[in-house]
Amino acid sequence: MNRHLLSIDDLSRDEATHVLDTAAELAHLLDDTDRAVRKLPTLRGRTVVNLFFEDSTRTRISFEAAAKRLSADVINFSAKGSSVSKGESLKDTALTLEAMGADAVVVRHPASGAPHRLAYSGWTRSSVVNAGDGTHEHPTQALLDAFTMRRHLGPPDRPGALDGRRVAIVGDILHSRVARSNVLLLDKLGAAVTLVAPPTLLPVGVGSWPCQTSYDLDAVLPACDVVMMLRVQRERMNAAYFPSAREYSRRYGLDAPRLGMLAEHALVMHPGPMNRGLEISAVAADSPRSTIVEQVANGVSVRMAVLYLLLGGAQ
Amino acid sequence: MPPAVDEPGVREVLDAADVARALTRIAHEILERNRGASDVVLLGVPTRGVGLARRLGERMSAVEGSAVPVGSLDVTMYRDDLRLRPARALEHTDIPAGGVDGKVVVLVDDVLYSGRTVRAALTALDDLGRPRSVQLAVLVDRGHRELPIRADFVGKNLPTSSRERVRVLLADTDGRDAVLIGAGPGQPAAALDETSGAGPR
Repeated sequence: MNRHLLSIDDLSRDEATHVLDTAAELAHLLDDTDRAVRKLPTLRGRTVVNLFFEDSTRTRISFEAAAKRLSADVINFSAKGSSVSKGESLKDTALTLEAMGADAVVVRHPASGAPHRLAYSGWTRSSVVNAGDGTHEHPTQALLDAFTMRRHLGPPDRPGALDGRRVAIVGDILHSRVARSNVLLLDKLGAAVTLVAPPTLLPVGVGSWPCQTSYDLDAVLPACDVVMMLRVQRERMNAAYFPSAREYSRRYGLDAPRLGMLAEHALVMHPGPMNRGLEISAVAADSPRSTIVEQVANGVSVRMAVLYLLLGGAQ
Repeated sequence: MPPAVDEPGVREVLDAADVARALTRIAHEILERNRGASDVVLLGVPTRGVGLARRLGERMSAVEGSAVPVGSLDVTMYRDDLRLRPARALEHTDIPAGGVDGKVVVLVDDVLYSGRTVRAALTALDDLGRPRSVQLAVLVDRGHRELPIRADFVGKNLPTSSRERVRVLLADTDGRDAVLIGAGPGQPAAALDETSGAGPR
């Protein structure tokens, strides 16, 4: 595996499958309720820095839990209340972390490409894990989504395969790093992805992505194995992308009638945080086919696998 | 494709019948030492140890008339040489229902060499619970210990040079049962798996 995980494109199909298999084994190990110590000593003496320039609850906590379950030391750094708010540059922050001896830096940044800059500028020798950069990518989210799908949808003879599965990703594709990472990963794993959104919320150049697009949610839903709802990212919207929240909700929200259109086995996913009542109704979010809470638990296993594979062996 | 005996420099030290006899003897020794199979849990260390543990379990169950729990214990995350190589794939860990607390755990591996795999297995057991006692059964003890560890049950003591490779073949993974010895890459024992004598996994 590459030293860094910046994009799903850093992984081949085999490497992505290896991450998911490792995560499954780790989940099996630590979910054993008979186990006396729910922790592994593998990364003892290694330091993982969570470098968050943007708000996050679940991703930061998930990386922190993953690192701690592997016995790594964790330093949390958030831009609020740090020297960044005094105007410190990314470079100087990176040099500080290098001086503190970080073995891995988990970085979230509002600018697309910031993790790449950190990884390849020579400022630091640590492994860099992208925990979401601007509207570019969020690879560990895609991995945990694929992990969740594999748990529910893999055929019995080949557990874990997603070949031929149909996944609809619905909503604010334009501002979504989750959508891009998921399209790249699911395509690698053999699933067929359809992006569903109003034309204003599809990115320019989406035609070159390895997926289909549609403006009509009702036409796509009945054939899906998975429907993944995305949050409408109001904080990134500085123009009007749709006439009103009610109209958006009526055309692209997952409400009770649309939930009824799904196949028996189909899953409802959402990367969180949700706007209940906008892109997803409470009925859909809390239904038994929703994996939204499970996704959070799976996130810890997948991030453990990523940290182990990046830091566990010879550097 | 199992390695052939007629590979240059490779010699078969145990054939299928020898392996079967050794396992039968070890199964009886375990029962004798523990006065039966109550509270005994067999844990094989992947990959070859798992098959051996299963076969020991079958023999012990046949003698005792009750099923002996058999599982597997992967020690990858507990190894002391992780940083010497790229991150390795995990093997499957499967602890029988009932866990290890208060049980007599018998660790089963194919080749005992430096003792480092066994040390890792003991640390891994610590995190699982608190067995009443831990014993070690191996098919081959080839010497060259680097830690104060010894086996309680040994199929065959095999004096070797550290330049030689010892390979254990098992019917379910390799097509036949045998123990082979031959000239191998002259790596220092410390950089090897206990079973690296058994070739690439």
